[in-house]
Amino acid sequence: MSDALPISTTALVKRYGDIVAVDGVDLTVERGDVFGYLGPNGAGKTTLLRILLGLIRPTSGSAKLFGRDPLVDGARALDGVAGFVEGPRFYSYLSGRKNLELLADYDGDGARSRIDGVLEIVELRDRAKDRVGGYSHGMRQRLGIAASLLRQPRLLLLDEPTTGLDPAGMRDMRDLVRRLAGEGITILLSSHLLNEVEDLCNRVAIIRKGSIVYDGPLQELLATAATGYRLRATDSERARLVLLSQQGIDGVALEEGQLRFTADEEAVARAAIALGQARIGITALIPETASLEELFLRLTGGESSDHDREAIVA
Amino acid sequence: MTAAVAKVYRWEIVKLLAQKRTYLGLGTAMAVPLIFVVVLLLQSGGPNDVPLGRYIRDTGLATPFVVLFFMSIWGFPLITALVAGDIVASESQNGTLKTILTRSRNRGEIFAGKVLASITYTLVIVFAMGLVGAVAGSIAWGFHPLTSLSGTQVSAAHGVALLAGSLALYVLPLAGIAAFAVLLSTVTRNSAAAVVGALMWALLMQLLGVLPGTEAIRPYLLGTQFEAWHGFLRIPADWSPVIRALWVCALYIALPLASAYVVFLRRDVAGD
Ligand SMILES: Nc1ncnc2c1ncn2[C@@H]1O[C@H](COP(=O)(O)OP(=O)(O)O)[C@@H](O)[C@H]1O
Ligand SMILES: [Mg+2]
Repeated sequence: MSDALPISTTALVKRYGDIVAVDGVDLTVERGDVFGYLGPNGAGKTTLLRILLGLIRPTSGSAKLFGRDPLVDGARALDGVAGFVEGPRFYSYLSGRKNLELLADYDGDGARSRIDGVLEIVELRDRAKDRVGGYSHGMRQRLGIAASLLRQPRLLLLDEPTTGLDPAGMRDMRDLVRRLAGEGITILLSSHLLNEVEDLCNRVAIIRKGSIVYDGPLQELLATAATGYRLRATDSERARLVLLSQQGIDGVALEEGQLRFTADEEAVARAAIALGQARIGITALIPETASLEELFLRLTGGESSDHDREAIVA
Repeated sequence: MTAAVAKVYRWEIVKLLAQKRTYLGLGTAMAVPLIFVVVLLLQSGGPNDVPLGRYIRDTGLATPFVVLFFMSIWGFPLITALVAGDIVASESQNGTLKTILTRSRNRGEIFAGKVLASITYTLVIVFAMGLVGAVAGSIAWGFHPLTSLSGTQVSAAHGVALLAGSLALYVLPLAGIAAFAVLLSTVTRNSAAAVVGALMWALLMQLLGVLPGTEAIRPYLLGTQFEAWHGFLRIPADWSPVIRALWVCALYIALPLASAYVVFLRRDVAGD
Protein backbone atom coordinates (compact mmCIF):
# COMPACT_ATOMS: atom_id res chain seq x y z
CA MET A 1 0.00 0.00 0.00
CA SER A 2 2.74 2.47 0.95
CA ASP A 3 4.38 2.22 -2.45
CA ALA A 4 1.11 2.64 -4.35
CA LEU A 5 1.01 5.48 -6.84
CA PRO A 6 -0.41 8.79 -5.60
CA ILE A 7 -2.80 8.81 -8.56
CA SER A 8 -3.62 6.19 -11.12
CA THR A 9 -6.70 6.11 -13.29
CA THR A 10 -7.64 3.61 -15.93
CA ALA A 11 -10.03 4.19 -18.80
CA LEU A 12 -11.85 6.77 -16.74
CA VAL A 13 -15.05 8.10 -18.32
CA LYS A 14 -17.65 10.57 -17.11
CA ARG A 15 -20.63 11.37 -19.29
CA TYR A 16 -23.23 14.07 -18.85
CA GLY A 17 -25.87 13.15 -21.39
CA ASP A 18 -24.20 13.69 -24.76
CA ILE A 19 -21.17 15.44 -23.28
CA VAL A 20 -18.22 13.24 -22.45
CA ALA A 21 -16.49 15.38 -19.85
CA VAL A 22 -13.76 12.81 -19.13
CA ASP A 23 -13.09 10.51 -22.04
CA GLY A 24 -10.96 7.44 -21.35
CA VAL A 25 -8.31 9.04 -19.17
CA ASP A 26 -5.34 6.91 -18.13
CA LEU A 27 -3.32 9.03 -15.78
CA THR A 28 -0.38 8.16 -13.61
CA VAL A 29 1.11 10.60 -11.14
CA GLU A 30 4.28 9.53 -9.41
CA ARG A 31 5.44 10.42 -5.95
CA GLY A 32 7.08 13.85 -5.89
CA ASP A 33 5.56 14.94 -9.20
CA VAL A 34 4.21 18.40 -9.66
CA PHE A 35 1.86 17.37 -12.38
CA GLY A 36 0.13 19.89 -14.61
CA TYR A 37 -3.29 18.93 -15.92
CA LEU A 38 -3.49 21.46 -18.68
CA GLY A 39 -6.37 22.20 -20.97
CA PRO A 40 -8.71 24.93 -22.12
CA ASN A 41 -11.95 25.69 -20.33
CA GLY A 42 -14.43 22.86 -20.59
CA ALA A 43 -11.72 20.27 -21.30
CA GLY A 44 -12.78 18.21 -18.28
CA LYS A 45 -10.18 19.16 -15.68
CA THR A 46 -12.55 19.88 -12.83
CA THR A 47 -14.56 16.77 -13.60
CA LEU A 48 -11.46 14.60 -13.26
CA LEU A 49 -10.60 16.20 -9.92
CA ARG A 50 -14.16 15.71 -8.70
CA ILE A 51 -13.91 12.00 -9.47
CA LEU A 52 -10.57 11.77 -7.66
CA LEU A 53 -12.03 13.50 -4.60
CA GLY A 54 -15.01 11.14 -4.54
CA LEU A 55 -17.52 13.92 -5.22
CA ILE A 56 -18.92 12.32 -8.36
CA ARG A 57 -19.12 8.77 -9.69
CA PRO A 58 -17.38 7.96 -12.93
CA THR A 59 -19.56 6.46 -15.66
CA SER A 60 -16.91 3.77 -16.10
CA GLY A 61 -13.29 3.07 -15.39
CA SER A 62 -11.52 3.46 -12.09
CA ALA A 63 -9.53 6.00 -10.14
CA LYS A 64 -7.21 5.22 -7.28
CA LEU A 65 -5.38 7.42 -4.79
CA PHE A 66 -2.51 5.59 -3.12
CA GLY A 67 -4.22 2.41 -4.22
CA ARG A 68 -7.61 3.29 -2.76
CA ASP A 69 -10.75 3.85 -4.79
CA PRO A 70 -13.07 6.61 -3.50
CA LEU A 71 -16.08 4.62 -4.74
CA VAL A 72 -15.10 1.61 -2.66
CA ASP A 73 -13.28 3.10 0.31
CA GLY A 74 -15.27 6.30 0.81
CA ALA A 75 -13.56 8.90 2.96
CA ARG A 76 -10.66 6.52 3.66
CA ALA A 77 -9.57 6.89 0.05
CA LEU A 78 -8.72 10.48 0.94
CA ASP A 79 -6.24 9.52 3.65
CA GLY A 80 -3.22 11.72 3.03
CA VAL A 81 -5.04 13.54 0.24
CA ALA A 82 -6.40 17.07 0.24
CA GLY A 83 -7.53 19.65 -2.24
CA PHE A 84 -10.45 21.47 -3.74
CA VAL A 85 -12.28 21.90 -7.01
CA GLU A 86 -13.22 25.26 -8.46
CA GLY A 87 -13.17 27.92 -5.76
CA PRO A 88 -12.87 26.56 -2.21
CA ARG A 89 -16.12 27.20 -0.36
CA PHE A 90 -16.61 28.02 3.29
CA TYR A 91 -19.37 29.00 5.68
CA SER A 92 -19.55 32.72 5.07
CA TYR A 93 -21.27 33.36 8.40
CA LEU A 94 -18.43 31.76 10.38
CA SER A 95 -14.93 33.16 10.87
CA GLY A 96 -11.97 31.75 8.97
CA ARG A 97 -10.72 30.12 12.14
CA LYS A 98 -14.12 28.62 12.99
CA ASN A 99 -14.27 27.16 9.49
CA LEU A 100 -10.89 25.54 10.00
CA GLU A 101 -11.93 24.28 13.43
CA LEU A 102 -14.96 22.64 11.88
CA LEU A 103 -12.89 20.97 9.18
CA ALA A 104 -10.23 19.94 11.69
CA ASP A 105 -12.92 18.22 13.76
CA TYR A 106 -14.15 16.45 10.64
CA ASP A 107 -10.59 15.26 10.09
CA GLY A 108 -9.74 14.32 13.66
CA ASP A 109 -6.15 13.18 13.98
CA GLY A 110 -4.96 16.21 15.95
CA ALA A 111 -5.73 18.57 13.08
CA ARG A 112 -6.91 21.25 15.48
CA SER A 113 -3.41 21.76 16.82
CA ARG A 114 -2.22 22.62 13.31
CA ILE A 115 -4.63 25.51 12.71
CA ASP A 116 -2.27 28.30 13.81
CA GLY A 117 0.52 26.84 11.74
CA VAL A 118 -1.44 26.64 8.50
CA LEU A 119 -2.89 30.11 9.00
CA GLU A 120 0.67 31.32 9.31
CA ILE A 121 1.74 29.61 6.10
CA VAL A 122 -1.01 31.26 4.04
CA GLU A 123 -0.60 34.55 5.87
CA LEU A 124 -4.14 34.75 7.15
CA ARG A 125 -3.48 34.84 10.87
CA ASP A 126 -4.46 38.46 11.28
CA ARG A 127 -7.80 37.97 9.55
CA ALA A 128 -8.68 34.57 10.98
CA LYS A 129 -11.28 35.90 13.37
CA ASP A 130 -13.22 37.75 10.67
CA ARG A 131 -16.18 36.18 8.97
CA VAL A 132 -15.32 34.53 5.66
CA GLY A 133 -18.19 36.49 4.10
CA GLY A 134 -15.90 39.51 4.15
CA TYR A 135 -12.87 37.79 2.58
CA SER A 136 -11.55 38.65 -0.85
CA HIS A 137 -11.30 35.98 -3.51
CA GLY A 138 -7.58 35.66 -2.90
CA MET A 139 -8.06 35.22 0.84
CA ARG A 140 -10.61 32.48 0.28
CA GLN A 141 -8.24 30.79 -2.10
CA ARG A 142 -5.54 30.90 0.57
CA LEU A 143 -7.93 29.65 3.21
CA GLY A 144 -8.62 26.76 0.85
CA ILE A 145 -4.93 25.91 0.84
CA ALA A 146 -4.83 26.24 4.63
CA ALA A 147 -7.80 23.88 4.93
CA SER A 148 -6.00 21.39 2.72
CA LEU A 149 -2.75 21.62 4.69
CA LEU A 150 -4.61 20.80 7.91
CA ARG A 151 -4.76 17.26 6.59
CA GLN A 152 -0.95 17.04 6.27
CA PRO A 153 -1.42 15.77 2.73
CA ARG A 154 1.04 13.65 0.79
CA LEU A 155 -1.00 14.48 -2.29
CA LEU A 156 -2.56 17.85 -3.03
CA LEU A 157 -5.21 18.32 -5.74
CA LEU A 158 -5.51 21.94 -6.84
CA ASP A 159 -8.04 23.06 -9.42
CA GLU A 160 -6.92 26.27 -11.14
CA PRO A 161 -5.74 27.80 -7.88
CA THR A 162 -4.69 31.10 -9.46
CA THR A 163 -7.85 31.71 -11.48
CA GLY A 164 -9.39 35.04 -10.63
CA LEU A 165 -6.39 36.30 -8.66
CA ASP A 166 -4.63 39.56 -9.42
CA PRO A 167 -0.99 39.36 -10.59
CA ALA A 168 0.39 39.67 -7.06
CA GLY A 169 -2.03 37.07 -5.78
CA MET A 170 -1.06 34.77 -8.64
CA ARG A 171 2.62 35.14 -7.82
CA ASP A 172 2.01 34.45 -4.13
CA MET A 173 -0.06 31.38 -4.93
CA ARG A 174 2.60 30.05 -7.28
CA ASP A 175 5.30 30.67 -4.69
CA LEU A 176 3.21 28.73 -2.21
CA VAL A 177 2.75 25.81 -4.60
CA ARG A 178 6.49 25.76 -5.28
CA ARG A 179 7.21 25.78 -1.58
CA LEU A 180 4.81 22.90 -0.88
CA ALA A 181 6.27 20.93 -3.76
CA GLY A 182 9.69 21.61 -2.25
CA GLU A 183 8.50 19.96 0.94
CA GLY A 184 7.90 16.78 -1.00
CA ILE A 185 4.14 16.98 -1.42
CA THR A 186 2.96 15.43 -4.67
CA ILE A 187 0.77 17.94 -6.48
CA LEU A 188 -1.78 17.64 -9.26
CA LEU A 189 -2.46 21.12 -10.53
CA SER A 190 -5.11 21.78 -13.13
CA SER A 191 -4.73 24.90 -15.19
CA HIS A 192 -5.67 26.50 -18.46
CA LEU A 193 -2.54 28.64 -18.32
CA LEU A 194 0.43 27.24 -20.19
CA ASN A 195 2.97 29.53 -18.57
CA GLU A 196 1.77 28.57 -15.13
CA VAL A 197 2.23 24.87 -15.81
CA GLU A 198 5.55 25.53 -17.52
CA ASP A 199 6.62 27.48 -14.49
CA LEU A 200 5.57 25.00 -11.79
CA CYS A 201 5.30 21.51 -13.16
CA ASN A 202 7.78 18.80 -14.02
CA ARG A 203 5.21 16.81 -15.94
CA VAL A 204 2.14 17.73 -17.86
CA ALA A 205 -0.87 16.14 -19.44
CA ILE A 206 -2.55 18.19 -22.11
CA ILE A 207 -6.28 17.67 -22.28
CA ARG A 208 -8.61 18.15 -25.17
CA LYS A 209 -12.31 17.42 -24.91
CA GLY A 210 -11.83 15.03 -22.03
CA SER A 211 -8.91 13.07 -23.46
CA ILE A 212 -5.20 13.29 -22.85
CA VAL A 213 -3.47 14.33 -26.08
CA TYR A 214 0.04 14.61 -24.64
CA ASP A 215 1.59 13.28 -21.45
CA GLY A 216 5.20 13.93 -20.47
CA PRO A 217 7.65 16.71 -19.69
CA LEU A 218 6.90 19.99 -21.46
CA GLN A 219 10.44 20.36 -22.79
CA GLU A 220 10.14 16.96 -24.44
CA LEU A 221 7.01 18.13 -26.17
CA LEU A 222 9.02 20.98 -27.58
CA ALA A 223 11.88 18.70 -28.58
CA THR A 224 9.79 16.05 -30.26
CA ALA A 225 7.61 18.44 -32.14
CA ALA A 226 8.65 18.79 -35.79
CA THR A 227 9.59 22.40 -36.29
CA GLY A 228 10.60 24.42 -39.30
CA TYR A 229 14.19 25.51 -40.01
CA ARG A 230 15.88 27.93 -42.35
CA LEU A 231 19.38 27.13 -43.48
CA ARG A 232 22.00 29.21 -45.25
CA ALA A 233 25.10 27.41 -46.40
CA THR A 234 28.21 28.03 -48.48
CA ASP A 235 26.75 25.91 -51.26
CA SER A 236 22.96 25.83 -51.21
CA GLU A 237 22.54 23.38 -54.08
CA ARG A 238 24.82 20.73 -52.58
CA ALA A 239 23.36 21.34 -49.15
CA ARG A 240 19.93 20.62 -50.60
CA LEU A 241 21.12 17.25 -51.89
CA VAL A 242 22.63 16.37 -48.50
CA LEU A 243 19.42 17.28 -46.72
CA LEU A 244 17.34 15.25 -49.15
CA SER A 245 19.45 12.18 -48.36
CA GLN A 246 18.91 12.57 -44.60
CA GLN A 247 16.30 10.63 -42.63
CA GLY A 248 13.80 12.73 -40.67
CA ILE A 249 14.18 15.84 -42.82
CA ASP A 250 11.03 16.76 -44.69
CA GLY A 251 9.70 19.42 -46.99
CA VAL A 252 13.12 20.54 -48.23
CA ALA A 253 12.80 23.56 -50.49
CA LEU A 254 15.27 26.09 -51.88
CA GLU A 255 13.94 29.62 -51.99
CA GLU A 256 16.02 32.70 -52.78
CA GLY A 257 19.27 31.05 -51.82
CA GLN A 258 17.85 29.81 -48.56
CA LEU A 259 16.80 26.26 -47.65
CA ARG A 260 13.66 25.48 -45.72
CA PHE A 261 12.73 22.18 -44.13
CA THR A 262 11.02 20.64 -41.14
CA ALA A 263 12.64 18.23 -38.72
CA ASP A 264 12.90 17.38 -35.08
CA GLU A 265 15.96 18.32 -33.05
CA GLU A 266 17.68 15.00 -33.43
CA ALA A 267 17.40 14.97 -37.22
CA VAL A 268 18.70 18.53 -37.40
CA ALA A 269 21.74 17.60 -35.38
CA ARG A 270 22.48 14.68 -37.67
CA ALA A 271 21.99 16.88 -40.73
CA ALA A 272 24.44 19.46 -39.41
CA ILE A 273 27.10 16.81 -38.98
CA ALA A 274 26.43 15.46 -42.46
CA LEU A 275 26.81 18.94 -43.93
CA GLY A 276 30.07 19.39 -42.11
CA GLN A 277 31.40 16.08 -43.35
CA ALA A 278 30.44 17.14 -46.88
CA ARG A 279 32.56 20.24 -46.26
CA ILE A 280 29.62 22.55 -46.63
CA GLY A 281 29.79 25.50 -44.26
CA ILE A 282 26.68 26.45 -42.35
CA THR A 283 26.38 30.21 -42.21
CA ALA A 284 22.97 30.23 -40.53
CA LEU A 285 20.65 27.60 -39.12
CA ILE A 286 17.57 29.26 -37.76
CA PRO A 287 14.79 27.30 -36.07
CA GLU A 288 11.37 28.65 -36.80
CA THR A 289 10.23 27.25 -33.52
CA ALA A 290 6.69 26.58 -32.90
CA SER A 291 6.47 28.04 -29.42
CA LEU A 292 4.99 25.93 -26.66
CA GLU A 293 1.96 28.11 -27.05
CA GLU A 294 1.58 27.22 -30.68
CA LEU A 295 2.04 23.54 -29.87
CA PHE A 296 -0.49 23.77 -27.10
CA LEU A 297 -2.98 25.48 -29.34
CA ARG A 298 -2.35 22.95 -32.07
CA LEU A 299 -2.89 20.05 -29.65
CA THR A 300 -5.99 21.47 -28.10
CA GLY A 301 -7.57 22.41 -31.37
CA GLY A 302 -6.81 26.06 -30.82
CA GLU A 303 -10.01 26.85 -29.05
CA SER A 304 -11.74 26.12 -25.82
CA SER A 305 -14.55 23.62 -25.95
CA ASP A 306 -16.85 26.15 -24.41
CA HIS A 307 -17.06 29.89 -24.57
CA ASP A 308 -14.11 31.91 -23.35
CA ARG A 309 -11.34 31.37 -25.77
CA GLU A 310 -9.33 34.42 -24.79
CA ALA A 311 -8.25 32.73 -21.60
CA ILE A 312 -6.26 29.87 -23.11
CA VAL A 313 -2.87 31.52 -23.17
CA ALA A 314 -3.43 34.50 -20.94
CA MET B 1 -24.32 7.67 18.12
CA THR B 2 -20.68 7.27 17.20
CA ALA B 3 -18.10 9.86 18.21
CA ALA B 4 -17.79 10.91 14.56
CA VAL B 5 -21.53 11.54 14.22
CA ALA B 6 -21.49 13.41 17.53
CA LYS B 7 -18.81 15.75 16.15
CA VAL B 8 -20.76 16.39 12.97
CA TYR B 9 -23.95 16.91 14.99
CA ARG B 10 -22.23 19.42 17.25
CA TRP B 11 -21.08 21.45 14.27
CA GLU B 12 -24.52 21.29 12.67
CA ILE B 13 -25.86 22.89 15.85
CA VAL B 14 -23.11 25.54 15.74
CA LYS B 15 -24.09 26.31 12.15
CA LEU B 16 -27.77 26.56 13.04
CA LEU B 17 -26.93 28.89 15.91
CA ALA B 18 -25.07 31.16 13.48
CA GLN B 19 -27.94 31.46 10.99
CA LYS B 20 -30.81 33.93 10.97
CA ARG B 21 -33.49 31.52 9.86
CA THR B 22 -32.96 29.49 13.03
CA TYR B 23 -33.91 32.47 15.17
CA LEU B 24 -36.71 33.46 12.82
CA GLY B 25 -38.35 30.09 13.41
CA LEU B 26 -37.57 29.88 17.11
CA GLY B 27 -38.67 33.48 17.64
CA THR B 28 -41.96 32.81 15.87
CA ALA B 29 -42.59 29.70 17.96
CA MET B 30 -42.09 31.76 21.10
CA ALA B 31 -43.96 34.86 19.90
CA VAL B 32 -47.17 33.06 18.91
CA PRO B 33 -48.21 32.05 22.46
CA LEU B 34 -47.30 35.52 23.73
CA ILE B 35 -49.42 37.24 21.10
CA PHE B 36 -52.17 34.74 21.79
CA VAL B 37 -52.23 35.59 25.52
CA VAL B 38 -52.11 39.34 24.90
CA VAL B 39 -54.99 39.17 22.41
CA LEU B 40 -57.12 37.18 24.86
CA LEU B 41 -56.35 39.67 27.62
CA LEU B 42 -57.56 42.49 25.40
CA GLN B 43 -60.86 40.88 24.46
CA SER B 44 -63.51 38.81 26.19
CA GLY B 45 -64.24 35.99 23.70
CA GLY B 46 -62.27 32.78 23.55
CA PRO B 47 -61.44 29.80 21.33
CA ASN B 48 -64.36 27.82 22.72
CA ASP B 49 -64.55 25.28 19.92
CA VAL B 50 -61.02 23.92 20.25
CA PRO B 51 -59.85 21.33 22.80
CA LEU B 52 -59.34 22.99 26.20
CA GLY B 53 -60.29 26.33 24.66
CA ARG B 54 -63.15 26.83 27.10
CA TYR B 55 -60.76 26.69 30.04
CA ILE B 56 -58.22 29.11 28.62
CA ARG B 57 -58.80 31.65 31.38
CA ASP B 58 -58.98 29.08 34.19
CA THR B 59 -55.27 28.27 34.19
CA GLY B 60 -52.16 29.29 32.30
CA LEU B 61 -51.50 25.60 31.67
CA ALA B 62 -54.27 25.53 29.06
CA THR B 63 -52.48 28.09 26.85
CA PRO B 64 -49.81 25.87 25.24
CA PHE B 65 -52.37 23.13 24.51
CA VAL B 66 -54.58 25.56 22.64
CA VAL B 67 -51.64 27.04 20.74
CA LEU B 68 -50.58 23.51 19.74
CA PHE B 69 -53.90 23.17 17.99
CA PHE B 70 -53.61 26.42 16.07
CA MET B 71 -50.02 25.88 15.02
CA SER B 72 -50.53 22.36 13.74
CA ILE B 73 -52.12 23.44 10.44
CA TRP B 74 -49.11 25.27 9.04
CA GLY B 75 -47.30 27.21 11.76
CA PHE B 76 -45.13 24.46 13.17
CA PRO B 77 -44.78 22.64 9.83
CA LEU B 78 -43.47 25.84 8.25
CA ILE B 79 -41.00 26.57 11.05
CA THR B 80 -39.79 22.97 10.94
CA ALA B 81 -39.42 22.95 7.17
CA LEU B 82 -37.61 26.27 7.24
CA VAL B 83 -34.63 24.60 8.89
CA ALA B 84 -34.96 20.96 7.79
CA GLY B 85 -35.56 21.92 4.15
CA ASP B 86 -32.45 24.05 4.21
CA ILE B 87 -30.05 21.72 5.93
CA VAL B 88 -28.68 19.89 2.89
CA ALA B 89 -29.79 22.22 0.09
CA SER B 90 -28.10 25.33 1.46
CA GLU B 91 -24.79 23.49 1.51
CA SER B 92 -25.36 22.33 -2.06
CA GLN B 93 -26.12 25.86 -3.11
CA ASN B 94 -23.21 27.44 -1.22
CA GLY B 95 -20.79 24.74 -2.33
CA THR B 96 -19.81 23.89 1.25
CA LEU B 97 -21.07 20.34 0.75
CA LYS B 98 -18.04 19.56 -1.37
CA THR B 99 -15.85 21.12 1.33
CA ILE B 100 -17.08 18.83 4.09
CA LEU B 101 -17.35 15.78 1.84
CA THR B 102 -13.65 15.94 1.06
CA ARG B 103 -12.56 15.49 4.66
CA SER B 104 -12.35 12.30 6.72
CA ARG B 105 -16.05 11.81 7.41
CA ASN B 106 -18.18 9.44 5.40
CA ARG B 107 -21.34 10.68 3.78
CA GLY B 108 -23.47 8.57 6.10
CA GLU B 109 -21.99 10.25 9.16
CA ILE B 110 -22.61 13.70 7.75
CA PHE B 111 -26.17 12.80 6.86
CA ALA B 112 -26.83 11.41 10.33
CA GLY B 113 -25.51 14.59 11.97
CA LYS B 114 -27.79 16.72 9.80
CA VAL B 115 -30.88 14.63 10.52
CA LEU B 116 -30.23 14.71 14.25
CA ALA B 117 -29.78 18.48 14.16
CA SER B 118 -33.07 18.94 12.25
CA ILE B 119 -34.95 16.84 14.76
CA THR B 120 -33.30 18.62 17.66
CA TYR B 121 -34.52 21.90 16.23
CA THR B 122 -38.06 20.54 15.96
CA LEU B 123 -37.91 19.45 19.58
CA VAL B 124 -36.60 22.82 20.71
CA ILE B 125 -39.25 24.90 18.95
CA VAL B 126 -42.11 22.81 20.32
CA PHE B 127 -40.84 22.88 23.90
CA ALA B 128 -39.96 26.59 23.64
CA MET B 129 -43.53 27.31 22.59
CA GLY B 130 -44.80 25.15 25.46
CA LEU B 131 -42.65 26.89 28.03
CA VAL B 132 -43.44 30.42 26.85
CA GLY B 133 -47.15 29.57 26.57
CA ALA B 134 -47.35 28.09 30.07
CA VAL B 135 -45.40 30.94 31.67
CA ALA B 136 -47.24 33.73 29.82
CA GLY B 137 -50.61 32.04 30.45
CA SER B 138 -49.84 31.59 34.12
CA ILE B 139 -48.86 35.24 34.49
CA ALA B 140 -52.15 36.21 32.87
CA TRP B 141 -54.48 33.74 34.51
CA GLY B 142 -52.55 31.95 37.26
CA PHE B 143 -51.04 28.52 37.69
CA HIS B 144 -54.15 26.51 38.58
CA PRO B 145 -55.42 22.94 38.20
CA LEU B 146 -56.22 21.91 34.62
CA THR B 147 -59.57 20.57 33.44
CA SER B 148 -58.97 17.47 31.32
CA LEU B 149 -60.82 16.61 28.13
CA SER B 150 -62.94 14.21 30.19
CA GLY B 151 -64.07 17.12 32.37
CA THR B 152 -62.23 16.05 35.52
CA GLN B 153 -59.65 18.31 37.10
CA VAL B 154 -55.99 17.41 37.58
CA SER B 155 -53.53 19.23 39.79
CA ALA B 156 -51.29 21.88 38.24
CA ALA B 157 -48.24 19.64 38.78
CA HIS B 158 -49.99 16.76 37.04
CA GLY B 159 -50.97 19.21 34.30
CA VAL B 160 -47.31 20.09 33.73
CA ALA B 161 -46.48 16.39 33.32
CA LEU B 162 -49.34 16.02 30.82
CA LEU B 163 -48.07 19.07 28.94
CA ALA B 164 -44.54 17.64 28.72
CA GLY B 165 -45.87 14.31 27.45
CA SER B 166 -48.14 16.02 24.94
CA LEU B 167 -45.36 18.22 23.60
CA ALA B 168 -43.10 15.20 23.19
CA LEU B 169 -45.82 13.31 21.32
CA TYR B 170 -46.48 16.35 19.16
CA VAL B 171 -42.85 16.40 18.07
CA LEU B 172 -43.33 13.06 16.29
CA PRO B 173 -45.56 14.18 13.38
CA LEU B 174 -43.43 17.31 13.10
CA ALA B 175 -40.37 15.09 12.82
CA GLY B 176 -42.23 13.36 9.97
CA ILE B 177 -42.46 16.71 8.22
CA ALA B 178 -38.81 17.40 9.00
CA ALA B 179 -37.88 14.04 7.46
CA PHE B 180 -39.83 14.87 4.31
CA ALA B 181 -38.14 18.29 4.19
CA VAL B 182 -34.71 16.65 4.48
CA LEU B 183 -35.61 14.36 1.59
CA LEU B 184 -36.64 17.30 -0.59
CA SER B 185 -33.59 19.21 0.55
CA THR B 186 -31.36 16.36 -0.58
CA VAL B 187 -33.13 15.68 -3.85
CA THR B 188 -33.96 19.20 -5.08
CA ARG B 189 -30.71 20.82 -3.81
CA ASN B 190 -32.84 23.93 -3.53
CA SER B 191 -33.71 25.33 -0.16
CA ALA B 192 -36.83 27.27 -1.16
CA ALA B 193 -38.25 24.36 -3.11
CA ALA B 194 -37.69 22.02 -0.18
CA VAL B 195 -39.33 24.37 2.34
CA VAL B 196 -42.36 25.00 0.13
CA GLY B 197 -42.62 21.33 -0.85
CA ALA B 198 -42.56 20.16 2.75
CA LEU B 199 -45.21 22.70 3.70
CA MET B 200 -47.38 21.48 0.81
CA TRP B 201 -46.92 17.95 2.09
CA ALA B 202 -48.11 18.99 5.55
CA LEU B 203 -51.10 20.84 4.12
CA LEU B 204 -51.99 17.89 1.91
CA MET B 205 -51.99 15.65 4.97
CA GLN B 206 -54.34 18.07 6.73
CA LEU B 207 -56.54 18.43 3.66
CA LEU B 208 -56.94 14.68 3.19
CA GLY B 209 -58.07 14.51 6.78
CA VAL B 210 -61.02 16.85 6.27
CA LEU B 211 -62.19 15.74 2.83
CA PRO B 212 -65.29 13.57 2.82
CA GLY B 213 -64.70 9.89 2.08
CA THR B 214 -61.26 9.70 3.71
CA GLU B 215 -62.50 8.31 7.03
CA ALA B 216 -60.83 4.93 6.44
CA ILE B 217 -57.33 6.35 5.99
CA ARG B 218 -57.73 9.23 8.40
CA PRO B 219 -56.17 7.50 11.43
CA TYR B 220 -53.02 6.91 9.38
CA LEU B 221 -52.55 10.41 8.01
CA LEU B 222 -49.69 12.46 9.35
CA GLY B 223 -52.00 15.39 10.15
CA THR B 224 -54.14 13.25 12.41
CA GLN B 225 -51.17 12.51 14.65
CA PHE B 226 -51.08 16.16 15.73
CA GLU B 227 -54.15 15.29 17.83
CA ALA B 228 -52.75 12.15 19.38
CA TRP B 229 -51.93 14.01 22.59
CA HIS B 230 -55.68 14.26 23.27
CA GLY B 231 -55.29 10.69 24.52
CA PHE B 232 -53.11 11.93 27.37
CA LEU B 233 -55.73 14.50 28.35
CA ARG B 234 -58.39 11.90 29.02
CA ILE B 235 -58.74 10.54 32.54
CA PRO B 236 -57.94 7.70 32.47
CA ALA B 237 -55.56 8.13 29.57
CA ASP B 238 -56.62 6.76 26.17
CA TRP B 239 -53.51 5.03 24.87
CA SER B 240 -54.78 3.94 21.49
CA PRO B 241 -54.17 7.24 19.59
CA VAL B 242 -50.82 7.54 21.36
CA ILE B 243 -49.64 4.11 20.31
CA ARG B 244 -50.93 4.58 16.78
CA ALA B 245 -49.08 7.92 16.57
CA LEU B 246 -45.88 6.19 17.60
CA TRP B 247 -45.82 3.68 14.78
CA VAL B 248 -47.53 5.79 12.13
CA CYS B 249 -45.04 8.63 12.73
CA ALA B 250 -42.15 6.16 12.78
CA LEU B 251 -43.08 5.24 9.21
CA TYR B 252 -43.50 8.87 8.12
CA ILE B 253 -40.04 9.56 9.56
CA ALA B 254 -38.23 6.43 8.43
CA LEU B 255 -39.34 6.17 4.81
CA PRO B 256 -38.31 9.68 3.67
CA LEU B 257 -35.09 9.47 5.69
CA ALA B 258 -34.15 6.11 4.20
CA SER B 259 -34.75 7.46 0.69
CA ALA B 260 -32.83 10.64 1.45
CA TYR B 261 -29.96 8.60 2.87
CA VAL B 262 -29.65 6.51 -0.29
CA VAL B 263 -29.74 9.61 -2.48
CA PHE B 264 -27.23 11.45 -0.32
CA LEU B 265 -24.83 8.52 -0.34
CA ARG B 266 -24.85 8.13 -4.09
CA ARG B 267 -25.44 11.55 -5.55
CA ASP B 268 -22.94 13.52 -7.57
CA VAL B 269 -21.80 16.66 -5.84
CA ALA B 270 -20.88 18.87 -8.77
CA GLY B 271 -21.49 22.42 -9.77
CA ASP B 272 -24.25 22.96 -7.24
N1 LIG C 1 -22.62 18.66 -13.50
C1 LIG C 1 -22.52 18.75 -14.84
N2 LIG C 1 -23.60 18.55 -15.61
C2 LIG C 1 -23.52 18.63 -16.95
N3 LIG C 1 -22.40 18.92 -17.63
C3 LIG C 1 -21.28 19.13 -16.93
C4 LIG C 1 -21.27 19.06 -15.50
N4 LIG C 1 -20.02 19.32 -15.07
C5 LIG C 1 -19.28 19.54 -16.18
N5 LIG C 1 -20.03 19.43 -17.29
C6 LIG C 1 -19.53 19.57 -18.68
O1 LIG C 1 -18.40 18.77 -18.83
C7 LIG C 1 -17.39 19.45 -19.57
C8 LIG C 1 -16.13 19.55 -18.75
O2 LIG C 1 -16.33 20.44 -17.67
P1 LIG C 1 -15.22 20.76 -16.58
O3 LIG C 1 -14.69 19.50 -16.03
O4 LIG C 1 -15.80 21.71 -15.61
O5 LIG C 1 -14.10 21.47 -17.46
P2 LIG C 1 -12.85 22.34 -17.01
O6 LIG C 1 -12.72 22.24 -15.53
O7 LIG C 1 -11.71 21.76 -17.75
O8 LIG C 1 -13.14 23.73 -17.46
C9 LIG C 1 -17.97 20.80 -19.96
O9 LIG C 1 -18.49 20.70 -21.25
C10 LIG C 1 -19.08 20.99 -18.95
O10 LIG C 1 -20.10 21.78 -19.52
MG1 LIG D 1 -12.74 23.79 -14.17
